[in-house]
Amino acid sequence: MRKAISPEDAATLVPDGASVMIGGFMAVGSPHRVIDALVARGAKGLTIIGNDTGKPGLGIGKLIDAGCVARAIVSHIGTNPVTQKKMIAGEMQVDLVPQGTLAERIRAAGAGLGGVLTPTGIGTSVAEGKQVIAVDGRDYLLETPLRADVALLHAYEADYYGNLTFRLTATNFNPLMAMAAGIVIAEPDEIVPVGVIPPDHVRTPGILVTHLVERPR
Amino acid sequence: MDGKEIIARRVAGELRHRMLVNLGIGLPTLVSRYVPEGMVVAFQSENGIIGFGAQPPDGMEDPNLTDAGGGYISALPGAYSFDSAMSFALIRGGHLDMTVLGGLQVDASGRLANWMVPGRMVAGMGGAMDLVAGAKRVVIAMQHAARGEAKIVPLLTLPPTAARPVSLVVTDLAVIEPTPEGLVLRERAPGVGVDEILAATTAPLILPDAIPEMRL
Repeated sequence: MRKAISPEDAATLVPDGASVMIGGFMAVGSPHRVIDALVARGAKGLTIIGNDTGKPGLGIGKLIDAGCVARAIVSHIGTNPVTQKKMIAGEMQVDLVPQGTLAERIRAAGAGLGGVLTPTGIGTSVAEGKQVIAVDGRDYLLETPLRADVALLHAYEADYYGNLTFRLTATNFNPLMAMAAGIVIAEPDEIVPVGVIPPDHVRTPGILVTHLVERPR
Repeated sequence: MDGKEIIARRVAGELRHRMLVNLGIGLPTLVSRYVPEGMVVAFQSENGIIGFGAQPPDGMEDPNLTDAGGGYISALPGAYSFDSAMSFALIRGGHLDMTVLGGLQVDASGRLANWMVPGRMVAGMGGAMDLVAGAKRVVIAMQHAARGEAKIVPLLTLPPTAARPVSLVVTDLAVIEPTPEGLVLRERAPGVGVDEILAATTAPLILPDAIPEMRL
């Protein structure tokens, strides 16, 4: 059993300069209250790992706007002109990773694998500097595991063991990131008593969750 | 009928009963409007759902149920949601029958460029590289030319999305199929002549004896 903490306390657990995985796809399934608290705390020099950088004023976009981010490892920035501007101005580094490769690199880290072999990116700039390995006559890129200091997740329900459920397209990267970071902080929409969530419905077991953020007031 | 509708209707002609299909953001999304009557097609959105439907009425949106562009959608009976690793396992693992993507350029070898213009636009590849590397069929839905500039070119001048050639290119003027011999002009849009297509294309086109009009 654990006590839920405030978003502000969660934000103090993310040190300046840390690598931070943030769940969400276009800010759907992102931990919005912890993101707001990170902006309020004035976090600096973060490396963000996520699907995209949202939009200006939305999701990870708020951290970009506030200058909290030194580097973003994401698959897409097309919906956030601020990210593009900061990248071109050299204020921020952006590493673009194909979305499926990003998911598998995070999964590999959480699963204790030395990487994955994927056909994605062969013959493109993504392949530059990477090992190509042929298996049964087909070429694959070796993509290495991606781990972070902290993972910030959004969940639908949690219980006080930290067991998590996710909903619909708000699931996306959240259960993968729960496996791949040193400190895992989950921001649920609702917290229910232990035993209420049937074991078959638990998507991320509570043993993987370091801190639970209190439900929205 | 405008160019976009011609493209969407013609691409819909590539759909088959019980296919699993992924539609890219923008023009490709229009294809779902023209699924032939009685045909069941499962649409995947790479942010994690198979079996989604139209945007719900005002006030009935679910903030946890959106398409890859962040727009509200509905879930049809029998829909299935999943995480990003599963989503891309479906895409790369030979389970996705067809993807429809937008394009900036296609070249004579059938390679696609659609994720960045150096110095001007850096969108990022999102799921496009996985889709082109992994889907069984890759159909490109795009305008034939952009502001008078050809998009079907001898050799890509933009960074490629994959080494693998695409399966079919559908534009407001033509249907073009990449083959090992080169790009074959398969069909013309209604009322469009072969000369008009050749004038808007800088890549060499192979012209078969019969180049029928698209059936829309």
